[in-house]
Amino acid sequence: MIALENVSKTYGKQLALAPTSLQFTKGRIAALIGPSGCGKSTLLRLMLGLIQPDEGRVIFNGEPLDGDNVERVRHAIGYVIQDGGLFPHLTARANVVLLAHFLRRNASWIEERVNNLTELVRIPRAALARYPSELSGGQRQRVGLMRALMLDPEILLLDEPLGALDPIVRSELQRELKGIFTHLGKTVILVTHDMNEAAYLASDIVLLREGRVVQRGTLNELLHHPAEPYVTQFIQAQRATLAEMP
Amino acid sequence: MPRTLCIILMLITPAVFAEATLNIGSKRFTESYILGEILTQAAGYANEAKVVHKQGLGNTGILFAALQSGSIDIYPEYSGTIWFELLKKSAAGDLAALNRALAPLGLAAAIPIGFNNTYALAMQDARAAKLGISSISDLAYHPELKFGLSQEFLNRKDGWLQLKSAYALPLEPLGLDHGLAYEALTEGKIDVMDIYSTDAKIAKYHLRVLNDDKHIFPSYDALLLYRSDVPGRFPKTWAALEKLEGKISANQMAAMNAEAELEGKPFPAIAADFLASGTVPKPGGRASKNLLRLIFAVDFWRLTAEHLLLVFVSLGGAIVLGIPLGVCAAHVPVARQPILSVVGVIQTLPSLALLAFLISMLGTIGVIPALIALFLYALLPIVRNTHAGISDIQPSLTEAAQSLGLPFFARLRLIELPLASRAILAGIKTSAVINVGTATIAAFVGAGGYGERIVQGLALNDAATMLAGAIPAAALALLLQGGFELLDRWLIPAGLRAATSA
Repeated sequence: MIALENVSKTYGKQLALAPTSLQFTKGRIAALIGPSGCGKSTLLRLMLGLIQPDEGRVIFNGEPLDGDNVERVRHAIGYVIQDGGLFPHLTARANVVLLAHFLRRNASWIEERVNNLTELVRIPRAALARYPSELSGGQRQRVGLMRALMLDPEILLLDEPLGALDPIVRSELQRELKGIFTHLGKTVILVTHDMNEAAYLASDIVLLREGRVVQRGTLNELLHHPAEPYVTQFIQAQRATLAEMP
Repeated sequence: MPRTLCIILMLITPAVFAEATLNIGSKRFTESYILGEILTQAAGYANEAKVVHKQGLGNTGILFAALQSGSIDIYPEYSGTIWFELLKKSAAGDLAALNRALAPLGLAAAIPIGFNNTYALAMQDARAAKLGISSISDLAYHPELKFGLSQEFLNRKDGWLQLKSAYALPLEPLGLDHGLAYEALTEGKIDVMDIYSTDAKIAKYHLRVLNDDKHIFPSYDALLLYRSDVPGRFPKTWAALEKLEGKISANQMAAMNAEAELEGKPFPAIAADFLASGTVPKPGGRASKNLLRLIFAVDFWRLTAEHLLLVFVSLGGAIVLGIPLGVCAAHVPVARQPILSVVGVIQTLPSLALLAFLISMLGTIGVIPALIALFLYALLPIVRNTHAGISDIQPSLTEAAQSLGLPFFARLRLIELPLASRAILAGIKTSAVINVGTATIAAFVGAGGYGERIVQGLALNDAATMLAGAIPAAALALLLQGGFELLDRWLIPAGLRAATSA
């Protein structure tokens, strides 16, 4: 379980996150949504200890995140970023096993884990021998997911994981992701700016605006009991875009 | 590998097994090379010690430092230079006074060789004879004569100004490049020029050296400057050297200079002929100068080994220190500016100044100061490229590495250095190629390498000898460049190459 207690962050004079408390329960899938600059990526970075909060603290399984436990906590969190964030000098497979090798997991365990994940994310075995530049966007994202899941983390964080993909690949991967999330039963926190994606993948939607949580709830709650007019505005705007499409 | 080992052994062995070595130095100009060679051969006849000629060791300051530190034991010097440049006195005295001044330094001067290499005025012999001019005083009676003098001579306080007032010379002289003055004199455009009294071109241009009858020019008597313990340590050798006292006249020295500069006769041969006959043999024909033969002369492999040693040892040091410094500059914001500025400033120091400074600091000449200087010069490209290579990594990739939970040094080893490898290798390549060129300077401080030939060629004004040093150095630079291209393919991760071709 991961939680934020009164966490705030500013960059210079720019407010990135107003004091915020959020809790993510085990096994649920949450989506952080909002326009760009709303603070959703800042939230993920705070949870990984990539940036330090100005105030408040991040709690992982009852332990406040600090310099001593940050690496252990990161091992328990899988993180997937846009376009996979793969290291270009390593093959897909080397990217996936990098951390397990560093932590000296035994070879047969690694082998078995790679096999299972290859099936889970449905990537051709041959693609694992290639370098990231030789993979398609969708394949890179699948490898990124494999790398994040390698150590069987408690929590999976995804920052706009499908942002760089074309619409057809994107909808295909959305379906697959939903299947994978269901299969794994892990705590998932997903950042997206797309309400359809959020509603499709997550049961728990957190809408942010200008560094503040506007409303948290299911899609139905957001639709029928908006906390502020902005909630309806945000949902309408996304529908309107879809409606305008030929 | 066995070859490298052999070369290293060859370099080390003489130093290990020699018990008593007398090191004789010489400066970087023809006359000093010849005198150094004569001293070396004469000392060798005594069969008492191993005698080594460390030739062409740059300027007076470097030799003086080398002498004081014991890197050399003896070198030929001029009395005026010792008084004015080394002891910083404003007036000269006799040899006994000189030795009193040198004693506190543990040095002494002795064995005047017989000639005085000072400034002099010269005319064409035929014209001087016609006008009946043999001394500088005579010039006062001929106000029609045109003087063409070098800028250095015009501006020195012991040069023209003193001369003009002492001899009441009426004329305004013409400032003229020294190299052009010989031709101008031959063609009659000027009548009088300044020369050194042992100038190699005296005979060639049929010059008459005018007698300094009022003794205005300070005397620059050639003699030996040595560490006071030398006569005690090598009594037989010293006795052999003492026989040289008064043996070489200014004319003889000028003739030997001419043999080297105008005929291309090697210094050892000039020295050997002089010692064998006690006189200077008649000039023969110009020695043949086949460039290929000059390049692949007997010393080729020794010079190559020395050069490679200088380049690769200094480069190795620069890699070992430069990469961590570059990493530091990329990761520690407060260290960035100081590190990049300091290595940048080092790069701007003139190499000879840096060498002179290192010699006085370390108290030794030869390979060590040369290696340190090359090492310092090799730092900048490596530090700068390492810093740039790491700073240029996409932030999303550094963040991905961090979020995996890899500790700092693991990130550095597994992610950052491989991603920066192309830039780092380019920096190392630049340093290696620059070092091949800069290493030629090492010859000025007796560290050997191809520079030995360049230094010799410069002293002799001999383009062929210079080329015999410059061409192998250039070839080595190209070879290294090519070698690094191959190394690129081997060292840069395949994924990075694919990334650029995609």
